[in-house]
Amino acid sequence: MTDRPTAPETGKRARGRNVSHDYLADRARFVRKETVRLSRIAGAGHYSSTFSAAELFAALYYAHMRINPAEPGWPDRDRFVLSKGHAAIGLYPVLADLGYFDPALLDNYTRLGSPFGDHPDMKKVPGIDFSSGSLGHGLSVGVGMALAGRVQGRGYRVHVMLGDGELAEGQIWEAAMSAAHFRLGALVAIVDRNGLCIDGHTEEVMSVEPLEDRFAGFGWEVHRIDGHDFGQILSVLDGLPEAGEGRPQAIVADTVKGRGVAMMEGALNWHVGNLSDDDYDAVMAELDAGLKPARWEHSR
Amino acid sequence: MTDPSKDNASAQDQSELFTGGKRARTVKGTPAKSMPAFTLGEDLAALADRDERIVVLTADLASANRTVEFRDRHPGRFFDFGIAEKNMVTAAAGMAASGQIPFAATFASFLGILAAEQIRTDCAYPNLPVRLVAHHSGISMGFYGTSHHALEDLSMMRTIAGLTVVSATDATLLRTIVAASLDHPGAIYMRLGRGRDPDVYERAPDGFAFGKAIRLREGSDLTIIATGAEVHPALQAADRLAADGISARVVDMHTISPLDGEAVAAAAAETGAILTVEEHNVTGGLGSAVAEILVDCDRVPFARHGVPDEFAPVGPPAALYAHYRLDAAGIAARARELLG
Repeated sequence: MTDRPTAPETGKRARGRNVSHDYLADRARFVRKETVRLSRIAGAGHYSSTFSAAELFAALYYAHMRINPAEPGWPDRDRFVLSKGHAAIGLYPVLADLGYFDPALLDNYTRLGSPFGDHPDMKKVPGIDFSSGSLGHGLSVGVGMALAGRVQGRGYRVHVMLGDGELAEGQIWEAAMSAAHFRLGALVAIVDRNGLCIDGHTEEVMSVEPLEDRFAGFGWEVHRIDGHDFGQILSVLDGLPEAGEGRPQAIVADTVKGRGVAMMEGALNWHVGNLSDDDYDAVMAELDAGLKPARWEHSR
Repeated sequence: MTDPSKDNASAQDQSELFTGGKRARTVKGTPAKSMPAFTLGEDLAALADRDERIVVLTADLASANRTVEFRDRHPGRFFDFGIAEKNMVTAAAGMAASGQIPFAATFASFLGILAAEQIRTDCAYPNLPVRLVAHHSGISMGFYGTSHHALEDLSMMRTIAGLTVVSATDATLLRTIVAASLDHPGAIYMRLGRGRDPDVYERAPDGFAFGKAIRLREGSDLTIIATGAEVHPALQAADRLAADGISARVVDMHTISPLDGEAVAAAAAETGAILTVEEHNVTGGLGSAVAEILVDCDRVPFARHGVPDEFAPVGPPAALYAHYRLDAAGIAARARELLG
């Protein structure tokens, strides 16, 4: 827990804050290292699905979203729905770091009675905007949240992080259709396009491409970026239109499953795993040394 | 309900399910106030005049469930999701998580059965105030067939922790339930008939509470515990039994979960025999729920009356009720069998 910065800003945070990329990279490293630490407590963890989203988590929470950790239920806050709930292990440390709850609570991660399971529970974890785990639901949640924001005349934005494998769920496309129909310009779908689902490459198990055409065909405005590049992530987030009536926004973030740990990058056997003690130390050292060029990229 | 020849559910009547209640309201012999589903829209619209939390969702059935009347009065708070029930239910949960009280209405077969996982995972598990309005339940869709029947929803819904499961006996009770739901914690599954159920209540029952059964008729020889659209024929059956010198208590068990166990235990102790009546598969529904209470009581004659564990044939609703002896004559006959 030594990675936590001292004296984080407190209170309400405006959307689109000016934060250095070095700081964000440090926070993404923190996400990865905490994922490794917490997985050891649990005896298993979703390493690689979380590593692919580390930069996205860091950019959204430390730079982009309008939030107030002192008031998790603030009605005007931007929402974040982690539809790929299995990456919660990387989100909990961010919420703790920002002050939503005592970071020491994470030391009992997944143990009997802990608020923190592999998939997040909004009733138990401050800062979790919706419970998830059953894939394919999150975009519908976001549709409902965006509609409520319209009914109430609030200007909040709703971000939904989708896995690429879960795009095979039909409900995603029901939600995509309705978001365009209702002109939910406040809704932002972020696809963590890391290329792999459990049984293999998405394009071999159940192909999801061409993603830009598919979202565009459903009436969305689509952006495609490198999901590990803070410049691209923040550029697209900060450039989104104001949350109001308009086309919903899809950000297809090309990422590398397992990014940051060489043996996990693009590897099928690290969707869920458990590091040995020797590997644990080696992985922590590798993460401390910083990101090297990725060894793999998914096929489009 | 007792005489198929007098039933409203001719083929012509059933076609009106899809074209709307305005015409259905004028169906011969059925007073307008006897149509629970068809008062839903105006009831909600009236409540929404003074409660900004209320929003209404449906899945291409705004005319069938009369939520069009809500749409006309509160267009900014009405959302038709098209034929996409899973999306509707989960979006309702998202709205509830953002401060609204959503009423999501569609056929029971496409709500409690089709969207069961969304109800469990997105509504009940986060304990959100989503009101799932499941109309045309049971075999009330008659010849539309098994795809449109809902004979499993009570069983499925009542095993979901924290989910309140309630049947609307008639229009008055539906109005009562909807009003009471506004400040009730957690998700509620409201099971409605086809919107032409005869009146049982002339006015809202005193002291209505979820989980508190209503004793409609006193009796000493047995208790008929019924729910939803079977309460009315159960009362008629009690009249028939009375003519034979059999005194039947009738209990409206509107709430299936949490079940009023005290009412069941009292019925067993005080009347000595229990017959449950439901428009549902006898496996897992009201009868099973009552049996779970009786297993801890002194043994009394007990029978579950409903649809056996099979897919119902097609037919006009009244013919189906007669087929399964779910009309007054059938219920009375089943009660006599129980008492030997």
